[in-house]
Amino acid sequence: MSTSELFTFRNRHFSLAVGITAAILIVTAIAGFLVLPFAQPWVQFANVWDAICSAAGVPQRAPKVTVPEQSTRLSEVVLTSSTLARPSQEGIGRGATLAQRCAICHGPTGVSRADSPNLAGQYAAVIYKQLLDFRSGARTNAVMSPFAVNLTDQEIADLSHYYAYLPRLPAYHPTPQLPKPSIVIYGAPMRGIAPCGSCHGSLDNKIGSPWLEGQSEAYMKAQLQAFASGERRNDISQQMRNIARAMTPQEIDQAASYYASQPPDVVKAVD
Amino acid sequence: MLVNRKLILAHFWLAFAVFGIALTLGAWQMFIRSPIGTWLSNPELYYRSLTAHGTVMGYVFPTLVAMGFGYAISEAALQQRLVGVRWAWAGFWLIVAGSVMAVIPIALGRASVLYTFYPPLIGNVFYYLGVVLVVVGSWIWVALMSVNLRVWRKAHPGAPVPLAMFANVAGSYLWAWTAVGAALELLLQIIPVAAGLKSTIDAGLARVLFSWTLHAIVYFWLMPTYIAYYTIVPRAIGGRVYSDSMARISFILFLVVAMPIGMHHTFADPQVGAGFKFIHSAFTALVALPTLLTVFTICASVEIAARLRGGRGLFGWIRALPWDNPMMLALAFSFVMLGFGGAGGLINMSYQLDASIHNTQWITGHFHLIFGGAIVIMYFAIAYDLWPHLTGRELIDLRLIRTQLWLWFVGMIVTTFPWHWVGILGMPRRMAYFDFGDPAIAPQALSVTFSAIGGFILLASGILFIVILARGMRAPRADAGPYQFALAVHQPTTVPVALNTHGLWVALMIALTLTNYGYPILTLALSEGTSVPAVYVGAQ
Repeated sequence: MSTSELFTFRNRHFSLAVGITAAILIVTAIAGFLVLPFAQPWVQFANVWDAICSAAGVPQRAPKVTVPEQSTRLSEVVLTSSTLARPSQEGIGRGATLAQRCAICHGPTGVSRADSPNLAGQYAAVIYKQLLDFRSGARTNAVMSPFAVNLTDQEIADLSHYYAYLPRLPAYHPTPQLPKPSIVIYGAPMRGIAPCGSCHGSLDNKIGSPWLEGQSEAYMKAQLQAFASGERRNDISQQMRNIARAMTPQEIDQAASYYASQPPDVVKAVD
Repeated sequence: MLVNRKLILAHFWLAFAVFGIALTLGAWQMFIRSPIGTWLSNPELYYRSLTAHGTVMGYVFPTLVAMGFGYAISEAALQQRLVGVRWAWAGFWLIVAGSVMAVIPIALGRASVLYTFYPPLIGNVFYYLGVVLVVVGSWIWVALMSVNLRVWRKAHPGAPVPLAMFANVAGSYLWAWTAVGAALELLLQIIPVAAGLKSTIDAGLARVLFSWTLHAIVYFWLMPTYIAYYTIVPRAIGGRVYSDSMARISFILFLVVAMPIGMHHTFADPQVGAGFKFIHSAFTALVALPTLLTVFTICASVEIAARLRGGRGLFGWIRALPWDNPMMLALAFSFVMLGFGGAGGLINMSYQLDASIHNTQWITGHFHLIFGGAIVIMYFAIAYDLWPHLTGRELIDLRLIRTQLWLWFVGMIVTTFPWHWVGILGMPRRMAYFDFGDPAIAPQALSVTFSAIGGFILLASGILFIVILARGMRAPRADAGPYQFALAVHQPTTVPVALNTHGLWVALMIALTLTNYGYPILTLALSEGTSVPAVYVGAQ
């Protein structure tokens, strides 16, 4: 027998196979697209076609509603791993000139002794995001905001490249190194806290997260408290606010003093 | 008639060698995230290992077994030399090249994306290219199986295709079409992003395309096992296949209903409509049909063997079975694991029950029980059965073989039952670390510890398996005679064209794929604004 005899409804096997398959498909389609949508009393459909479209997953436009006015600005910075990729030498040079006005707080070599963040060797994406947020008002600080307000996009990119280009100098470490606290290494899974180290160094780094080793203890503690109280809110999707709110005061102390006591070359080794 | 023994042996040895490595990694993973291991402090190493384990166990190992077994079936069942031996070797070397290419980025920590890829996570491009090479190598096998059957048909016009070859070719067609989903995902979506040509990816569409492959691939893994049930076991225990037609119907049913069901993996995904999820759920229920047919037919075939050996009574015949025969033991273990795994599967495929176990350790337990248990134990059986014919030497130590099968069975139960249990308790899967010191999950520590011990039993069994095969290469020479497949009670003299060819069933398979996947894929592909930025592994 040749195949031509198979693909005809005169062949019993063909008609049975096609018939049963089609019947199952039709029955399940009726159940899935008509019966089940209407079996959900809590969902209202305008008509049968509306129900079918809903079951098929036709993309629907949300009804036009007026978005309530945001009382505070949120961060609008988009970061990808290609943001600020491949800095130019000229850009770094321009950044160095611009950075002179930052030196009073962040130190002439990007290493601060005034409880401001150390910027030397910080990831470019981090400085870029914070400057944009200061400029837009998503993050505010009495000292920082006036500096950022008048910066152009190019200047922000140049400053980011310049500080990322500087070597991570050993910071001022008043305390001896501490053992790794569990909040840094394990987080607290039952409270939804990821390990600090999975984004901020010691384990791994994620884009947009600053490396924290050698930063000022007072500064880190103040930021965690600001996140917890909602005073600082430029973290995307409340990532840091959710974490900081769930942290105990002891954990905040431990994390801040641990990172402050780490020399930055530990980060180099992990990278 | 096994002529190209070297080719078949090469496939089996490579399969079992990579299996051994991946099994060791698996046992280590069980240990390291259990309460008895000390946490590594680096989750990246865990995911690196998990990616290697999944990639080898999901793509390389079963594909090589299916290919090696397929070549053996083609020569032994059709009684003709393999046509296209050079192509077969080319396919083999493509798989070797692909595996090496994929493993290097994994080992360097550049592709810790797990074998299911999980876009928008993007790893090193060579990882994906390696997987593509493995699939291309296996497609050569698909083509060769088809060509060999065609050559045989020309020489034997109208004759019934031997059952083993009929099933083997059905399995190869299933794989060819199944792999298309992941191939589309890799070639159109992931590789352009991994190569840096694009920086965004439609993760929802990618998941739907992967579901096309992800469920039917299980039936591709299952095919050698089912072929062994029907065509090796009855012969090995001295019985006959109860019904040749029933066997053919089971295999063609797999071809038709294995494909359009994958969306039960996306029940929790918002981008797929509920109506399509329901249709996929209903078709998944239909897969029980060929399995129940098989369980019935094989139990009947085994009963024939028992009664031929003098078994009596309603159940008394069970005692008369040759329980010291490794093949009998493997079949029984495989059926028990298939029964439990299948029952668990009914929960996964139910649209609403799935919600309670979605993304928990239950799922990991389920697919290890079905694949690692019911399927892989028959891979062992296939190797034991073929080995004397491939090496020309006898496997003498049946006791060691029985021990190995027992260890695998016990190990798999000890591993997967607690796994299911903690899944019901809500333990998520794909986690590198659990703090069992926390009172909320401390009661699960015992179950997880048992599970890890099961992992070591499996490792012991795996090592034993490789030792047995290696010793089989150096045993005294013995002629095993021609390789035979089981005969049916009524050997078919004529078979209806529908059950002797695959055309109708392949057509139905493709048609159902179009009806069940066409609309969701098209809407997602044509919708604007559904892509998200890629997240590169290891990127700062």
